[in-house]
Amino acid sequence: MFETIAARFRADMPAVDFCSLRLVRERSQEITLRQGVLEPVGNSDDVGAMVVVHHQGGIGYAATGDLSPSGLAAATERARRWAERTATMAVTDFSAVPMPHPQGTFRTPVSKPWSSAPLAASIELLTRASGAMKVDDRIVDWDASLWWTEAESLYVTSGGGEVHQVAEILVPSVSAAANDGRDTVTRSLGGRGFARQAGLELLDEVDLVVQGQQVAEQAIELLEAQDCPEMTGHLLLAPDQMMLQIHESIGHPLELDRILGDERNYAGTSFVTLDMFGSYRYGSDLLNVTFDPSIRNQLASYGWDDDGVPASKEYVIRGGILERPLGSVISQHRAGMAGVANSRATSWNRPSIDRMANLNVEPGSSSFDDLVGSVERGVYMESNVSWSIDDSRNKFQFGCEYGRLIEDGKLGPVVRKPNYRGISATFWRNLVGVGDRSTFEVLGTPFCGKGEPNQVIRVGHASPACLFADVEMFGGA
Amino acid sequence: MQSAFYALSDALVADLTGDEVLLTSFSGESSDFVRLNHGKVRQAGSVEQRVFTLQLVVGQRHASASLVLSGDAEADRARGREALAEVRQQIPLLPEDPHLLYATDVVSDESIGADTLPDSASAIAEVVDAADGLDLVGIWAAGAVHRGFANSLGQRNWFTTHSFHLDWSVYHRADKATKQGYAGTAWDGDELRRRMAQARVELDVLKRPAKRVEPGEYRVYLAPAAVEEIAGLLCWGGFGMKNQKSKRSPLQRLVDGQETVDPRVTLSEHPGAGLGPQCGAGGFARPARVGLVTEGRHAGSLVSPRSAQEFGVPTNGANGSETPESLEMEGGALSRDDVLSELGTGVWVNNLWYLNYSDLPACRMTGMTRFATLWVEDGEIVAPLDVMRFDDSFYRMFGDGLVALTRERELLLSASTYSQRSTVSALLPGALIDGFRFTL
Repeated sequence: MFETIAARFRADMPAVDFCSLRLVRERSQEITLRQGVLEPVGNSDDVGAMVVVHHQGGIGYAATGDLSPSGLAAATERARRWAERTATMAVTDFSAVPMPHPQGTFRTPVSKPWSSAPLAASIELLTRASGAMKVDDRIVDWDASLWWTEAESLYVTSGGGEVHQVAEILVPSVSAAANDGRDTVTRSLGGRGFARQAGLELLDEVDLVVQGQQVAEQAIELLEAQDCPEMTGHLLLAPDQMMLQIHESIGHPLELDRILGDERNYAGTSFVTLDMFGSYRYGSDLLNVTFDPSIRNQLASYGWDDDGVPASKEYVIRGGILERPLGSVISQHRAGMAGVANSRATSWNRPSIDRMANLNVEPGSSSFDDLVGSVERGVYMESNVSWSIDDSRNKFQFGCEYGRLIEDGKLGPVVRKPNYRGISATFWRNLVGVGDRSTFEVLGTPFCGKGEPNQVIRVGHASPACLFADVEMFGGA
Repeated sequence: MQSAFYALSDALVADLTGDEVLLTSFSGESSDFVRLNHGKVRQAGSVEQRVFTLQLVVGQRHASASLVLSGDAEADRARGREALAEVRQQIPLLPEDPHLLYATDVVSDESIGADTLPDSASAIAEVVDAADGLDLVGIWAAGAVHRGFANSLGQRNWFTTHSFHLDWSVYHRADKATKQGYAGTAWDGDELRRRMAQARVELDVLKRPAKRVEPGEYRVYLAPAAVEEIAGLLCWGGFGMKNQKSKRSPLQRLVDGQETVDPRVTLSEHPGAGLGPQCGAGGFARPARVGLVTEGRHAGSLVSPRSAQEFGVPTNGANGSETPESLEMEGGALSRDDVLSELGTGVWVNNLWYLNYSDLPACRMTGMTRFATLWVEDGEIVAPLDVMRFDDSFYRMFGDGLVALTRERELLLSASTYSQRSTVSALLPGALIDGFRFTL
């Protein structure tokens, strides 16, 4: 279907400085069992087109679900008129942006396609997972789900570019809540951060029945635990909390559109300024952060971004020093500095902006036991449950589902409601230990919000366990 | 869009067999979005989308599908029939759903607002002109928003509104800015220029040297937009029957009678305000008002059709996530004109930001001040305050800590455009609070 529409678009290309068509079809199915009862199965088929025009220095776009010849022509004309009518008011000369015209294909490697399992088999698996979770009368709520998505796009440009990409995504989830009459605690698989580009082979790696029982047992364990004590000391973060830490206090502040001010009315600005790149010490020598859309099966892997820039691995922080921003081709043009291939839109109905994609902390050399063994007194935390950070991405407070005290180099009792707070600009400089590849996990979330109009998008974060010194930690009320 | 939706729904109803029941809904928009930065245009465009959802019910079994329509009647009918055929094939594979509930009493309604919107590009030219010399950043969102429902029992519901929302802020430097908004159905350039002039006045205060305060307890005034952030967090699972029955509500202790807040706190959902569609989930008509907290005590819950069936109570047509769409808080006795003098020495908080729970069962929340947060001494605004983190319990802030609520309330229309433009609103007072806990 896409090829016919693209051919038509190419034939009717308007006489403008630059024009692109991004066709997107996203099909999804979500199956959830809550307390053993199947929730309504959600089936979705979302298809539409985004036309972008750069003309006379302006930029305009039009999104439409009408893929007929007349529908596409009308959208193209709307985009052209927007570019013309706002050209004299534009923040930059968009006609001068060197837009690429790429050719290529990308497809998620999948060995067991979603379609290979009948719906009944998925329901049966979730029924078994759900059945494993009612381990105690104090388990008051529990759910198990599978969320599959296939996102196909075809990007065509006025200069002969054509990129076809298909991403297949699977998000398995189990979660349990336990209550003792006054307190409720929750425990979930990876803080609901276990999301990959994958087919059903992912379920060979993650046994939802085993995981279901484990999260329920840990929910009871947490219910019976003491609150995390108030203290300042060493904090050891598991990869499923590092994901959030990277996302909020490295990813967002390094987005170039935030630094250029585009997001100040909504998602916020950044404590990072353009002059910091190349010299600013973001973290300790142990901190190496990469933008890497090439990791097999990570959630936001792709071959080209939504402006057609080929994706490649780039260091954004190396040896603790800030190297480059997360900025797309348009932001790079505006800022006059190199960036990465991160222009992305949530779907056909939104324009692309600077996003994180896969942003990872590179593994270090310490085993998990080495990290724990180096701590005299501290807390180990897993799985994000609460996140809050200021609009400059500096003062943060995060909470986790599960914690354990570390005493004299050994993991101690479980503690509940573990929270910590800090300031991005100093927190990463207190990174004193980075786990090796044995502690490294590839995770992601489908829910990163940003942009005006608002967009929620998939991002991937892979990380080893990491150890921080002098962190302020505390528990519940 | 209305006639096309009904025609598609009718066509699919004509394809039903046996005891099949069909519920269909529609959510669409024709919107212009213009993004501004530094008083200039960053991105300008239009989005036209029509999302159609069908739910096929056979006895206690059901399945649903959603698809994006093209606007071409013949093509959409074909896609609708294809989707109907797919869910028809799914239904025998699914177990009976004990929580299925949909409206069987036919209650139809129609609300179509007049289109008095300006040409978006012309309005933006006025905005850019009025913001001359200002570092303005924000979004213009304007156009038609549509919601529809129809079922095979003969019910028809339609809602159309034509509105604009200019959501913007003006920056002095770094994070020192004043947040503004101008929303409505009829554009008035003079009103825009009045608000822009007000922003210039507020900007003068922000140009003063910023004050830093140490973590600790402070007397604060939370303007309605700041109260909205707290209310918005409570809406995230606080008022729904499902969360309350499964002990996951952040207001659980209020619901269970273990906690109360000040008797001056009264919250309700007010669909009767008429700012959104009257037809609720499953085709159920929504009541004019649902009491949630009355005089400091739990009073009621938002009940979706599924929760109604699960817990054996009547539904009030709440959406699937059981979140308020038109939350109201009763006003108090404090005149807006007296806020500064009653605040005395403390912090005027115009906006809060990025709230989340630090201890959900205790309804203890954390978040940041944002935009114009001002230090006040002896009833006089002295200086802008650098951003501060707070960490405090709702039960304390709106319990023992509550000094007063303002008599005047502000209608805050949501600027949210996730997926589509929102029709959510809130009507809230400001709150004067003692001992507000800043932590970082």
